[in-house]
Amino acid sequence: MSAAIQVRGLSKEYRIGQFRGGYQTLREHLVEMGQRAVGRQRQRQSSTIWALTGVDFDVEQGEVVGIVGRNGAGKTTLLRLLSRITEPTLGYADVRGRLGSLLEVGTGFHPELSGRENIFLNGAILGMRRNEINRRFDEIVEFAGVERFLDTPVKRYSSGMYVRLAFSVAAHLEPEILIVDEVLAVGDAEFQKRCLGKMETIGSTGRTVLFVSHNMSAVARLCPRSILLDQGAVLLDGPTDDVIGRYLAGTSGSSAAREWSDSSQAPGNAHARLQSVRVIDEVGRTVDRVNTTDPVGVEIVFEMLDAEQPIVPMMSLFNAAGTLVFNALDPDSRWASPTVGIHRSRAWIPADLLNEGEHIVSVFLNTITAGRLDRHAAVPDAVSFLVADSGDGRSAKGAMAQTWGGAVSPLLDWTHDFGSIESEAGPHR
Amino acid sequence: MSVIVGDHTDAAQRITRIQRSRRRFAIDLREIWLYHELLYFLIWRDIKVRYKQTALGIGWAVLQPFVAMVLFSVVFGHLAKIHADYGVPYPLFVFAGLLPWQYFSSSLSLSSLSVVGNSALVTKVYFPRLLLPLASIAVPVIDFLCSFAILVGMFLWYGRAPHWHAILIPVFLGMALLTALGVGLWLSALNVRYRDVPYTIPFMTQIWLYATPVIYPVSLVPERFHWLIALNPMTGVVDGFRWAVLGRGVPQYTVYGVSTAVGVMLVVSGLWYFRRVERSFADVI
Repeated sequence: MSAAIQVRGLSKEYRIGQFRGGYQTLREHLVEMGQRAVGRQRQRQSSTIWALTGVDFDVEQGEVVGIVGRNGAGKTTLLRLLSRITEPTLGYADVRGRLGSLLEVGTGFHPELSGRENIFLNGAILGMRRNEINRRFDEIVEFAGVERFLDTPVKRYSSGMYVRLAFSVAAHLEPEILIVDEVLAVGDAEFQKRCLGKMETIGSTGRTVLFVSHNMSAVARLCPRSILLDQGAVLLDGPTDDVIGRYLAGTSGSSAAREWSDSSQAPGNAHARLQSVRVIDEVGRTVDRVNTTDPVGVEIVFEMLDAEQPIVPMMSLFNAAGTLVFNALDPDSRWASPTVGIHRSRAWIPADLLNEGEHIVSVFLNTITAGRLDRHAAVPDAVSFLVADSGDGRSAKGAMAQTWGGAVSPLLDWTHDFGSIESEAGPHR
Repeated sequence: MSVIVGDHTDAAQRITRIQRSRRRFAIDLREIWLYHELLYFLIWRDIKVRYKQTALGIGWAVLQPFVAMVLFSVVFGHLAKIHADYGVPYPLFVFAGLLPWQYFSSSLSLSSLSVVGNSALVTKVYFPRLLLPLASIAVPVIDFLCSFAILVGMFLWYGRAPHWHAILIPVFLGMALLTALGVGLWLSALNVRYRDVPYTIPFMTQIWLYATPVIYPVSLVPERFHWLIALNPMTGVVDGFRWAVLGRGVPQYTVYGVSTAVGVMLVVSGLWYFRRVERSFADVI
């Protein structure tokens, strides 16, 4: 057996500006050239970010390997490099055979074209030969379940049908190496199950697969081995169980409170800057662990530097599997009339709502004007906390000891009529 | 398992090294060939979509040059009294010039948008980026063929027979493709970095139209300036095309030679620039 993928010292540097859209207008360029000519140019800000630093690993032929890591750990950059969408700055990767990458389902789908036409177009874009597509056409259609709509433009498809068709084309790719990024996070539960099944089949046919996901249970199911990325480097490479354990432990390593004492380093821009983010209990103490039966608060403190536009704090809550539990922003009408100064906003998550386990909070400062969103600050994975079930039977899972599925575990308001109902419509007489 | 075993085993063993590219100018023709089916599908998609969304469909391809021909015939042929060479009716003269010109100007605007307009592809899958400008200069060939049918109709209307020169039409169409590719490579790559490019296209085509002998014959330009107008590669294309179609006049070999040379230079320099910036397309777009 020889290595299907050999990665040595792979590194990628981005200019910070490129994250804001790297294109310039001609005017900017001309102004810059003019300034340079008269020697009046300010030192061009040459801030760069290393999204990936010296990554090494080998993948043997036929291996199915998971790539996990927090947002911004470099997973996407790694995939983009291996798929040859962008070039590495340093290092190299040797790839044996055809490599197909699925960074998104439905790449290149055209809404005006019919399902049939899109199968051919999308197949060609993903690197399938025409005779290959012809050969697998019926399978693709059947797997997607869109037989009746083959000649309908896909713009008339429901979003479910669209995704099913897109995934189906991709799943019938036959490259020696397949790179998959989170495509399973689409479609309904039933379809996701079929996708996972399909992925398992692909893995068992001796194809080499790199699978990137936040969904730890999917990674555990599909990949015997995983690689944990952190800050652009390989933190751990080994059996998936170990890697997931380390990943979850690493996530809880981020604390329940973050503070930016140096305001020039704080996330934000000329309009607003964050000062601190904390997870708090009812009386305002920082906590990293709460009971399911207690409310928990997220406190966001930020400074408004001008009063030009309304700025609203917002939070997103993720669970350990990386699933978004909810987004929430502060709807208070007073944010509409902004005032310069330091503001504190606390979001209270009611008791008896969250499920057990690690929760990760991302915070944002936004301006929303006419439905448009401008972001002043964004801190993914800002703080985290653990929700524990007290085990006293007062939560939604009662006396159950095992883990309880679901993004949330709300204690519902159950109403009852104990034994006093006539069986007027009941199925049992 | 698969039918195309030979092909597969070959591909299965080939090692691709992914690293920062050093040889900027080398063009992997073999790779372009590997992706020729995608090129075909990109062209097919653009043609299909272009005429699917419009009510008139392919009619636009015919209407545009026809209306331009009528307009030019009235303004320049009648009012300004520009005369075509060798007694050719002015409408026929101008239409024969408009055909390659319209092809060129629409491939200009299509190719300038080709990379940016496909940013969803560029940022999600790998394929030789050269396919995008290549596809965009192929699409307007369809329009060209449709308008060519009108030209044939006009020949019948004026009761003229085609001349043997007509066998050279493909040569001049080839020159038009070459020029369009050269300019298209530059514009598509420039547009990734400077989004001003689409705004300059209308001016550019307007000015370029008047700098090209479409509405006037080359003979209207003093002989001593011929080398100068030949530097515009479209001069050779339009004049040569007209000569091949109408079968009248003297072939301007110097003009064709200079124009072809300039066209080749545009392609070579365009390839050089495109290759230089294409690796950062996905980061910048």
